[in-house]
Amino acid sequence: MTALPDAHGPKRSWWRANQQRLTPWLFLAPGAFMFAVYVIYPIAASFQFSFYDWDGLSPKTWVGWGNYAELWGDRNFIISLKNNIIWLVLYMLAVPAGLGIAIFLNQTVTGIRIYKSLFFFPFVISQVVVGLMFTWFYAPNFGLFFKLTEWLTGTGTAVLANPEYATYGIIAAGLWPQIAYCMILYLTGLNNVAPDQIEAARLDGARGLKMLWYVVLPQLRPATFIAVVVTVIGALRSFDLVSIMTGGGPFGQTRVLSYYMYEKALSEYGYRMGYGAAIAVVLFLIMMVFITGFVWKMVRDERGR
Amino acid sequence: MLRNPIITGLALSAALLGATSAIAQQRVLVFNTDTSDPAPKAAFEQLIADFEAENPDIDVQVNLFDHEGYKTAIRNFLTADSPDLANWYAGNRMKPFVDAGQFMDVSDVWSDNGLNEKLASAESAMTIDGKQWGVPYTYYQWGVYYNKSVYDQVGAKVPETYDQFVENCKLFKDAGIDCLTTGTSQMWPAAGLFDYFDLRTNGYDFHMQLTNGEIPWTDERVRNTFAAWNKLVEPGYITANAAAIDWQDAAALLSQGKAANYVMGNFAVATFKDGGLTDETLGFFPFPTINPDVARAEDAPTDTVHIPAGAKNPEDAKKFLAFLARADTQTKLNEALGQLPVNNESTVNQDDPFLSQGFTMLSEASGLAQFFDRDAPAEMAASGMEGFQEFMAYPDNLDDILNRLESDRQRIYK
Repeated sequence: MTALPDAHGPKRSWWRANQQRLTPWLFLAPGAFMFAVYVIYPIAASFQFSFYDWDGLSPKTWVGWGNYAELWGDRNFIISLKNNIIWLVLYMLAVPAGLGIAIFLNQTVTGIRIYKSLFFFPFVISQVVVGLMFTWFYAPNFGLFFKLTEWLTGTGTAVLANPEYATYGIIAAGLWPQIAYCMILYLTGLNNVAPDQIEAARLDGARGLKMLWYVVLPQLRPATFIAVVVTVIGALRSFDLVSIMTGGGPFGQTRVLSYYMYEKALSEYGYRMGYGAAIAVVLFLIMMVFITGFVWKMVRDERGR
Repeated sequence: MLRNPIITGLALSAALLGATSAIAQQRVLVFNTDTSDPAPKAAFEQLIADFEAENPDIDVQVNLFDHEGYKTAIRNFLTADSPDLANWYAGNRMKPFVDAGQFMDVSDVWSDNGLNEKLASAESAMTIDGKQWGVPYTYYQWGVYYNKSVYDQVGAKVPETYDQFVENCKLFKDAGIDCLTTGTSQMWPAAGLFDYFDLRTNGYDFHMQLTNGEIPWTDERVRNTFAAWNKLVEPGYITANAAAIDWQDAAALLSQGKAANYVMGNFAVATFKDGGLTDETLGFFPFPTINPDVARAEDAPTDTVHIPAGAKNPEDAKKFLAFLARADTQTKLNEALGQLPVNNESTVNQDDPFLSQGFTMLSEASGLAQFFDRDAPAEMAASGMEGFQEFMAYPDNLDDILNRLESDRQRIYK
């Protein structure tokens, strides 16, 4: 130490001088590196691939906007897009349904914890299991739902074999765990509702729906925001249920964008990497609309406080 | 196997000693395979042991892949780290790899070993641009599997012609039994039906031209195929809601006597028997004749072994292919697989009624198709099967379906 004070001195002081500024970056570095390699780079690569015709083996050929032009006229792409919109709209039912169950369960009765856990249960099991259970539920000839419709109407309805009902059947399966998710978000939110405000409102004569709308819901806004965000994202990235329950069928009528992308790029009959990437880009852009909205709102809220 | 511990120990130490001394001159042959199911796995272990016994200086190293995962994995390992041998399938299924220069031309193995005669039935399926790109070692027949007790119950006879088949269907329908069952939730069973209706209506050459994209889907002859098919669809002779049924669940319908016939591959026999059918109650007949002027051709999907272009030891790999093509090898291998050997000098187990019937049927066939999803390119296969599935649910949509397939054809085959 004492032998070369001049050589060590300035170095140490540079570190000291910049320590405060550098430390956060050093801590961020591993995460940032992973994020860049596993998120940013693949997104950029997808954009790049979407301009090529490529089967994953042969050399790539540049086709410009060709893949996107083909998407425009692709019946299956339109079906997928339409189904994604149906998903998005119907999936939103999970938010009010979750709220309803949460309010219903927000009481002190013996064993309420058991009821809460039971309602939360579908969110804990894997989507694959949910898909399989509902597939059997709907299954022609032996499914419970099939038997029920057979008993009621005389002819059984095989939901997943019917191009008109199949998508709704899958969404119903998806709603089951999603409602549980929204419910748990609202249950935690309800814990934080200020009791004095409820009390005050009650003194002012607010009851029932009015109480809910003007007193409880405004206090639940953070929970509502998160519930909407996870539901929108859940609807757009719906893949597992479609894959498990119908594989896009019957005759491709239950495809959604993420599944169609997988089919075109990675499935047994696919390997059109460029075309798959183009679908991914479209899906990404749709998601970006929502994500930008959410981020914008979050930033605005933070500034406001 | 080696029950005696002393012998085991001796064998082990001998093997170890042998290994150390052999390392110097032993050549390595890397074999990537998807034979992960129990029976194929055991069959291949035996095959490789036999090969190593004949060629003590070659050490075969097997990389076993999961059957489904292999379909993706092969694309990676062919380009990244080539083995010396790899399993795959014949027909258009191997075309992407041949076109991309990933498979080695093995025409010399064929000509040196007289395989053009011995493996004649599969030659066309292995040939692209006049060269052979691999060696077929097994296939299995497709045809109609039927429940004999149900036939007895309604007094139906095994049909020779399609008209008789349709007449039987009326009997079954009256008895509340599905005449023909199928489960198309995975789509390919529908392709088996289409293959047979087309092969019987228009013949092998037409079918090959169609799957090669040389004939428009809106052609009158394609419509004839669907018209024949519609004789079963329109009156409701096919199991309802097939689009949401797995092929195994449909097999259960046949086993339970709720359905009479099932157009399937021979691999389904195990499933039928699990469902309670036996050699006495389960029957097989070739798909009946629709157009008597058309020579009979059959579906017989063939499994193959190829040498990747990046193989490090192609010399020994060719030796292995020659070994695999031999009549005695194929007899033994297919006995273990429960399938049919491709080599026409091989023999099959006569105790298995389905295998022996299949062997006769295939050896008399005028041509062997590989199955729709191997004869047609992947994309065409996918949209075709979707169309067949839709046709069985909504036969009135036929025009729309054919127009779609035709526009897909014009885009896919360039």
